[in-house]
Amino acid sequence: MSASVSTITSGKGGVGKTTTTANLAVALAGMGKKVVCIDGDIGLRNLDVVLGLENRIVYDLVDVIEGRCRLRQAMIRDKRMPELYLIPAAQTRDKSAVSPSDMVRLCDELREEMDWILIDSPAGIERGFRNAIAAADSVLVVTNPEVSAVRDADRIIGLIEAEEKGPAKIILNRVNQNLVKRGDMLDVPDVLELLAVELIGIVPEDEAVTVSTNRGQPVVLDSHSKAGIAFSNIARRMNGEDVPFVNMDDKSGLFDRLSRMLRTGGD
Amino acid sequence: MDITQMGEMQIKGIKDGLLATLGEGDWSELSFGLIEHIKARAGFFQGAKLTIDVGEHAVHASELSTLRDRLSDHGVMLWAVLSNSPITENATKLLGMATKISKKESSVLDRKEKSTPVGEDAILVERTLRSGVVINFRGHVTIVGDINPGAEVIAAGNIVVWGKIRGVVHAGVEGNEHAIICAMDMNPSQLRITDVVAVSPEKRGKVQPEIARIKDGKVVVEVWNSSHVRGK
Repeated sequence: MSASVSTITSGKGGVGKTTTTANLAVALAGMGKKVVCIDGDIGLRNLDVVLGLENRIVYDLVDVIEGRCRLRQAMIRDKRMPELYLIPAAQTRDKSAVSPSDMVRLCDELREEMDWILIDSPAGIERGFRNAIAAADSVLVVTNPEVSAVRDADRIIGLIEAEEKGPAKIILNRVNQNLVKRGDMLDVPDVLELLAVELIGIVPEDEAVTVSTNRGQPVVLDSHSKAGIAFSNIARRMNGEDVPFVNMDDKSGLFDRLSRMLRTGGD
Repeated sequence: MDITQMGEMQIKGIKDGLLATLGEGDWSELSFGLIEHIKARAGFFQGAKLTIDVGEHAVHASELSTLRDRLSDHGVMLWAVLSNSPITENATKLLGMATKISKKESSVLDRKEKSTPVGEDAILVERTLRSGVVINFRGHVTIVGDINPGAEVIAAGNIVVWGKIRGVVHAGVEGNEHAIICAMDMNPSQLRITDVVAVSPEKRGKVQPEIARIKDGKVVVEVWNSSHVRGK
């Protein structure tokens, strides 16, 4: 077995990287895959909270790298999924405690026994970001349909290409159909036209996400949530399934234009 | 001026920090040698801003980023890479580092730039420039691709874009008032020719190829029409 390492990043903060990582990890584990997610945001850890595993942390990523514990000891097994693990970030250190080559070594050790390694990148383009993508086989860029988030996504996609980790794939998070319809939010084709990379998922804005994040219960576990369905579709696409994009707007329009774009725009 | 020398490697102080000129040889040995050199004089290099001159070496982005990481482990910030190789220059720009340092300090650059008269040289860039990328060239620049918001193109001569302009374009930067900027779809966040600045109108008309130039001290943007082009 050799795992695929996928890094979730964005450039801009607050677009939903950690929520995305947690949900993709749970969705992949729910499909019977062995998954480990690594919180790359050293000093500002969050992924443990979103997964509801905060109170189980004994050792963290920096402990493993500095040899204070074995890798297995820092892997927290999820309470719901037997094949889902979290390696939490250290809260009391900063990004310089880890180097890109440490991440490559760590992932190489994990590859043998896992199917998926998901790395949650910190915001920004500095050391933490470079650590997070150092070991990546593929990179998912999360963005929101907002000018500033898309601008940062564009910059990050360029940096990913420069590090020869490209082409990145896009997850467009928090799309609000009502705003798009009123013309007050960037449309999916607008975003794809600028970024010119493959789209792997569109996640609608959904209050259930906030509620589930606060409870440490990823929204994919809620089969009624639109965002949850969108995340599990992304996980299926990561596994090579051909899943059509969800039609969020009942009166089509967006969907038609989008599928037209995907047909003509793929390279 | 402090000059240390080891093998063919030279390190000297310049206005913008330190300049290391790597000599001939295998890239991995050269970068290893540089790191060893810095380790041996950790106190001197701590917190330094470093420029490296790699000469003809073709260094790929992954190699450069590895070197940058290793240097930062030793408290040295790599901020510029001087090179005669287009591959290295491209990699440097992709990683967001400078490819030039201020002129007076670098004999390498002087030599390179004297060989061609200003404005007569030209480069072709065959990709889309994403946010954060800067192309700065003392001549004409042709881009096959888009200039995204947050990217910048600065040229002494003309800027020709077979694609969209959304970022900042600055033509005729050394004072050439006849410089032009043209694009298939012109909607820059800012456009400058010499020191005249213009921004795109809020409302856009039909998207069509357009050409910008200075007329009576103002930037004028007109629909592309071959008869508008100055004959030589």
